[in-house]
Amino acid sequence: MEKTWNNKAWFMVLPVLVLVAFSAVIPLMTVVNYSVQDTFGNNEFFWNGVGWFSDVLDSDRFWEALGRNLLFSGIILAIEIPLGILIALNMPKKGFGVPVCLVLMSLPLLIPWNVVGTIWQVFGRVDIGLLGYTLAALGIPYNYVNNVFDAWLTLIVMDVWHWTSLVVLLCYAGLVSIPDAYYQAAKIDGASRWAVFRYIQLPKMKRVLLIAFLLRFMDSFMIYTEPFVITGGGPGNSTTFLSIDLVKMAIGQFDLGPAAAMSLIYFLIILLLSWIFYTVMTNSDAQN
Amino acid sequence: MLELKDITKVVGADTHIHPTNLVLERGSLNVLLGPTLSGKTSLMRLMAGLDKPTTGTISFDGKDVTGVRVQDRSVAMVYQQFINYPAMTVYENIASPMRISGKDEATIDREVRKAAELMKLTPYLERTPLNLSGGQQQRTALARAIVKNASLVLLDEPLANLDYKLREELREELPKLFAASGSIFVYATTEPQEALLLGGNTATLNEGRISQFGPTIGVYRKPTDIITAKTFADPPLNTIELTKAGNVFERQGITVLPVPEHLAGIADGPYTVAFHPHHLSLTRPHATAAPLKAKIIISEIAGSESFIHVDCAGSRWVMLEHGIHDIEPDTAIELFVDTRHLMAFGADGRAIGGSAGRGA
Amino acid sequence: MARINLDHIRHAYGPNPKKPSDYSLKEVHHEWNDGGAYALLGPSGCGKTTLLNIISGLLQPSEGKILFDGKDVTNLSTQDRNIAQVFQFPVIYDTMTVYDNLAFPLRNRRVPENEVDRRVTEILEMIGLSDRAKKKAQGLTADQKQKISLGRGLVRSDVSAILFDEPLTVIDPHMKWVLRSQLKRLHKQFGFTMVYVTHDQTEALTFADKVVVMYDGEIVQIGTPAELFERPKHTFVGYFIGSPGMNVLPAKIDGSSVDLDGQKVALSFAPKIAAGAKTELGIRPEFVRLGREGMPVTISKVEDIGRQKIVRASFANRPIAIVVHEDGEIPSEPKITFDPNAINIYADSWRVGGEA
Repeated sequence: MEKTWNNKAWFMVLPVLVLVAFSAVIPLMTVVNYSVQDTFGNNEFFWNGVGWFSDVLDSDRFWEALGRNLLFSGIILAIEIPLGILIALNMPKKGFGVPVCLVLMSLPLLIPWNVVGTIWQVFGRVDIGLLGYTLAALGIPYNYVNNVFDAWLTLIVMDVWHWTSLVVLLCYAGLVSIPDAYYQAAKIDGASRWAVFRYIQLPKMKRVLLIAFLLRFMDSFMIYTEPFVITGGGPGNSTTFLSIDLVKMAIGQFDLGPAAAMSLIYFLIILLLSWIFYTVMTNSDAQN
Repeated sequence: MLELKDITKVVGADTHIHPTNLVLERGSLNVLLGPTLSGKTSLMRLMAGLDKPTTGTISFDGKDVTGVRVQDRSVAMVYQQFINYPAMTVYENIASPMRISGKDEATIDREVRKAAELMKLTPYLERTPLNLSGGQQQRTALARAIVKNASLVLLDEPLANLDYKLREELREELPKLFAASGSIFVYATTEPQEALLLGGNTATLNEGRISQFGPTIGVYRKPTDIITAKTFADPPLNTIELTKAGNVFERQGITVLPVPEHLAGIADGPYTVAFHPHHLSLTRPHATAAPLKAKIIISEIAGSESFIHVDCAGSRWVMLEHGIHDIEPDTAIELFVDTRHLMAFGADGRAIGGSAGRGA
Repeated sequence: MARINLDHIRHAYGPNPKKPSDYSLKEVHHEWNDGGAYALLGPSGCGKTTLLNIISGLLQPSEGKILFDGKDVTNLSTQDRNIAQVFQFPVIYDTMTVYDNLAFPLRNRRVPENEVDRRVTEILEMIGLSDRAKKKAQGLTADQKQKISLGRGLVRSDVSAILFDEPLTVIDPHMKWVLRSQLKRLHKQFGFTMVYVTHDQTEALTFADKVVVMYDGEIVQIGTPAELFERPKHTFVGYFIGSPGMNVLPAKIDGSSVDLDGQKVALSFAPKIAAGAKTELGIRPEFVRLGREGMPVTISKVEDIGRQKIVRASFANRPIAIVVHEDGEIPSEPKITFDPNAINIYADSWRVGGEA
């Protein structure tokens, strides 16, 4: 259906455009500005061309961090998407259980990132944390401060706990929009539970799944607060993701040039990957 | 008076509306009749100002309103889906357009009660739409359109989602309601029967083109082309390709039908000959009628009438016969065409001669 | 295909139904023949869809039993009842091809692939979609999709019954004629037991051998289209079937004569009526003759609907509808007579025997 045309509409968007200009475009231009210049202090800058970019791309530090990011996002998506679908499928469709489930599911989403980090940081501590202490009491060695595996495990479990609900809620919205007649027809056609999922629920959830997938990818790829709070990037550099490295570089070492170049590269990677996912997923739709 | 002048609507590579000219008078009831996707809704959206035409102008009482937004025109619209404000009572739903235009409380109350009375909604004024039946919900939407007192009222298949009998009742009431208001009333439907029952004027639409516009019964009786005739036929129009040779219509040298008086003047040559199902019968309608041989496909009984689907030398026809005739499939029968009502169409689809004959 | 027995079935959606009004479906007790075509006809909320869902097993009746060929299936699930159903809006599996859509019910039941191919090819031919077999079902028009829904029902050779829930709602008028007659012909050829739910009298009458008219959770009448038209058992049937519906006029009965607000009409029989009953005369608009003889009427409006005219008039201080043939004349001093064989007498809305 074609949209209504209305010139006044442009005036309505104007405030948003201004806001976006100040909050995104202008800072982004600043970053671009920094990324191509060098300085020896005193607010004196000189042109450095693509120097910072080649420095960043040549450094092992960048590629290692990128590798961690990809691994982390990969694990997160591989767990949260199927788990989210599974939970959504098993949620009640009508009655008293619906609001209860929805509220329970929304709870983790309402907690700010740094609080989530702190909760888990405390939760996992061997001396006072419920989880850490219990595991220690059971004789299971667990220490996220100096064990790489434990640190990753903590971060992943935490992210799954925090964000699977988002996937659940999106999938649930997709599921409840399927008319009853489809399920009835499937029953009559003798379809198995798997066939109902494969041929009715999954196709009808496709659009929301695409959104869930992109949101979770972008979010997990940009993860910062939680590892910063829990592990501070450690042990060693094992949980130093691009975002953490970026902050270390920009604030800790005050290397503004390389940090700016890196953040632009970071931004382009996210943009590129999101675009690839989007095209691949919508293309398979178009071919139908 | 609403005037559409050389209106077209092109979206991307698709032409939704081909060049269209249409003049609708004040106080008139106009039916847009055509199948799904024939352009009825597109045309209504252009009339309302919800869409801007690609080319052409729309004027109201001589004033150009082509670019004027729907909010600034005096338009009311009712859709096939029952659209009401779910959180408001029926009363508030009906009152809403008057609240927006800032009428005083006394006027609002009077108008709401009047419209509710007309639409038989008085007992339900305090309910919310979700607690009403489909028919009542649509009545609420219609009442809202009435109180708006718009100069253009657009109804897009308003009865399509209602029960058959309810449709029959509302169809009776609707023209009366809007006749008094002096508004221009445009009603889209896919059903020829509905157009006939509503009366007024009809524009037949097909693939984004208006094929004919005029008084409803006139368009039905005297279609100017075969597309109009087919659009405006329920049961479907019966057609056969024949060649006129002197005083007979023949096919491959075999006489099929005599040429009736009203078509006697047309030139010899090939025509598409058409007639309505109720002009085909099992009994001889007049002395000169010649029998045709046909085979029964299926008989359907509808109370006092039968719809008999037949195959007549490769043409698939429907016969509408009074009484109950349950004839087994594949039975060979004789049937008669009442040639007094024959229509003939040329190769370009235009109606030829005094087509439609008697009764026109 | 199966004979269907509805054995004292009642259904209430709420728990612990007590009074009759708690039941959405009041008692239904009938036997439907193997290979019959039945239509459930009534306005929305009359219980027709409830009854259909009870037959298909999507709903368990609160009371009573349902038997297919004498076998109690009340507690069997939809899958185990071997029925097929076509819904109001076409249900198709978007991501599958037309062919796979039709093969789906068979493959689910592990029918050998060569048998699947044979059946599907046959059905594709039947519903006229052979040329689209390998296309994705997504891009099809509403009527083609509905044909696929229908085809999925027909593809199984073992179904007990095929149920239709207002299947032609989304179909254009012209296509309705084609689909309906195809369906009817399929029924004649293959003798499926079919149950068809609709609010559209034309669909019900043309489709079914027996029409089941429902009103307010009850079956008001089961009859052939002709019976429903000529001898409506209840004034509701008279009103609901026919377009316009039957004229129902308040009447005083005196032996074999009827007094309609001063106008006397003679009957061919003397109805037996209990004292105090509300009596009415029913006559269909098709059986009211307009001419120069008879009882005077005042015409208020003539609707020319093409093949016939509907005359709206006032008779004995009541509105009356009269159907006049396309070429019929309307006299300047109109008078009417009733076809004596088409008069029905009602006491408290139920028809009083005319055979007495």
